[in-house]
Amino acid sequence: MAAESLKKEPMVRIAKRSDISRRKAWFIRAVAILLALIVCGIFVYALTATNPIKVYAGMINGAIGTQRRTWNTLRDTMILLSVSLAITPAFKMRFWNIGAEGQILVGGIATAAVMRYMGDSVPTAVLFIVMIISSIIAGLVWGIIPAYFKAKYNTNETLFTLMMNYIATQLTAYFSIVWEAVKGSGTIGTINQKTKAGWISTSFMSNIFGSFNYSINVIIVLILTVAIYIYLSKTKQGYEIAVVGESENTARYAGINVKKVILRTMAISGALCGFTGFLLVSGSSHTISVNTAGGRGFTAIVVSWLAKFNPFVMALISFMLVFLDNGAVQIASEFGLNESAAEVITGVILFFLIGCEFFINYRVIFRGKHEEA
Amino acid sequence: MNIILIILKRIFTVTFIQKAVTQGIPMLFGASGEIMTERSGNLNLGIPGIMYMGGVGGLVGAFIYEQSVATPNGWIGVLCALIVSILFSLAGGLIYSILTITLRVNQNVSGLALTTFGVGFGNFLGGSLSRISGTAGQVSVYVTGMTFRTKIPFLSDHLGIVSDILFSYGFLTYLSIILAVFLTWFLFKTRRGLNLRAVGEDPAAADAAGINVIRYKYVATCTGSIISGLGGLYFVMEYLGGTWQNNGFGDRGWLAVALVILALWKPARAIWGSILFGGLYILFAYIPFGEAAQEIFKMLPYVVTIIVLVLSSVRNSKENQAPKSLGLSYFREDR
Repeated sequence: MAAESLKKEPMVRIAKRSDISRRKAWFIRAVAILLALIVCGIFVYALTATNPIKVYAGMINGAIGTQRRTWNTLRDTMILLSVSLAITPAFKMRFWNIGAEGQILVGGIATAAVMRYMGDSVPTAVLFIVMIISSIIAGLVWGIIPAYFKAKYNTNETLFTLMMNYIATQLTAYFSIVWEAVKGSGTIGTINQKTKAGWISTSFMSNIFGSFNYSINVIIVLILTVAIYIYLSKTKQGYEIAVVGESENTARYAGINVKKVILRTMAISGALCGFTGFLLVSGSSHTISVNTAGGRGFTAIVVSWLAKFNPFVMALISFMLVFLDNGAVQIASEFGLNESAAEVITGVILFFLIGCEFFINYRVIFRGKHEEA
Repeated sequence: MNIILIILKRIFTVTFIQKAVTQGIPMLFGASGEIMTERSGNLNLGIPGIMYMGGVGGLVGAFIYEQSVATPNGWIGVLCALIVSILFSLAGGLIYSILTITLRVNQNVSGLALTTFGVGFGNFLGGSLSRISGTAGQVSVYVTGMTFRTKIPFLSDHLGIVSDILFSYGFLTYLSIILAVFLTWFLFKTRRGLNLRAVGEDPAAADAAGINVIRYKYVATCTGSIISGLGGLYFVMEYLGGTWQNNGFGDRGWLAVALVILALWKPARAIWGSILFGGLYILFAYIPFGEAAQEIFKMLPYVVTIIVLVLSSVRNSKENQAPKSLGLSYFREDR
């Protein structure tokens, strides 16, 4: 001990926290968000020279200023939450499904196809059942292809699912031309604009939620949130996913069929992504284009990871990100900024949120401060 | 059969080859940089964003210079563009390095966030510059852009078809090829290259052997980012001629990541790979089955990547695999 203390201690050292109180963890996250908002405030101030507080007021106004905006924010939150829930089972298994984007698109294409070809000829209930089933199957197929090769040959799933995204994008572009509304436009336009066949109703319980609402979307995704929570933490299959994620060898010794778990979990993940495609097409945009998924598949990874796979925390983070994003779009137009300012602000906030995980997982100990490990 | 002949006839032309090369060079820069990064064990999915940052950086540098003098000199513009481009890409690389190496955050998550940020940052600055310049149209740094397109004197116009195929490009094209060859030499023939590969394969063993893992990871990731950023610069300057298109760079950044697989983590292989990808990328325009079918043909580069990915995992040969610790953060204390 004496000989060691002759040598100088390093300036800082890092030690893993054994555990951290929930309050402290949220405090660190709150500080990170605050810092991010300050950085963004400086950024906007440098460009527009407006009072940052005014900017943030504009942001809040943009996200929840009117009833319509609040519902839009809720709708986008539910979509992001739905994608995050979808990728979480795979993610917990340490299967990097960054192909949610593509799985959403094929689900959307399937939904759009049913809406177009069956919209006027079958009763509403049948139509919705066919739409949901076909979107789920499409997403499932898109998700299970990389899973099969992962299970059989250990093919890198990160890059495989990434490539599947672009194949789905081109497939969407193909159908955009085949189904185009006006020749040469390359866009489908609103499907069933007149009959609204296959649209999720926006006037459900209008005496409570106002004449225009997305309450059905909200209810569906909240049910999904609870279902995923139960599936992951209370069922045998959810436990198997956790074991495979921790260590494949342990899982194998414990008698878990790892290949089966990989295939089953990715089937669920892909199916839920496809279902999100249904929600997007039927419940929000009523059309499909290459931008329908809009990068949500990538943002969802960050959401799921930040929430440490807890569906309820995911709901909170999704809401926060969408809130910031919709708010940033508003201030961008209000202060004459480029519309991409929103992405820059989202990016900065993500950096801070991601970076602060370090301070939740580790302690930084400065020189001269003696602590019992 | 006839249709195949028609397509082949259209493809075996000088302009097709030239276009394939022009499309391939940004991907070559991106892939070379990403290989350098991945060899240190970092899977940087932020490369597409960094390429946007490098591209817009060049535009900012040249724009400030061209605005500040009455008659801009093209080569000084090139220098300014290069410096600012490198600084911007370096900033992107540093963000990623700090998050993943120092703060030990998950690499995929950090990379995807960086791509979100970088693409937004590029579009934001690129779009804002034209507003600042006060012109109604797009921002343009014409003089610098044209200088980037300067061809090699004599060689580019005295050798007939050889000139057209080999010497009809600006200097960044040749720089990309030299860099790819140099990086291959560096990785496989030098002591430092060996150390770097050791870090990517097994950082704990490298650490035990006295290699400074943290430093190697930082230097490789930041250098890789700078090299990738040059791909964005090439696109903005030589391809677009010194202007900005919102999302104009498209998904080429992801193709660069895909090219790393096709090249089996060897930069020199990325040279022909990039030209192949460039050709596949524009092949759709030569397919005479109508507009809708063209969209299907645009899938080709991705399908080829998947096939390579699957084949290399099925063959499972030791030499052609990704670095063993790719995607994993290294904590000395965790061993």
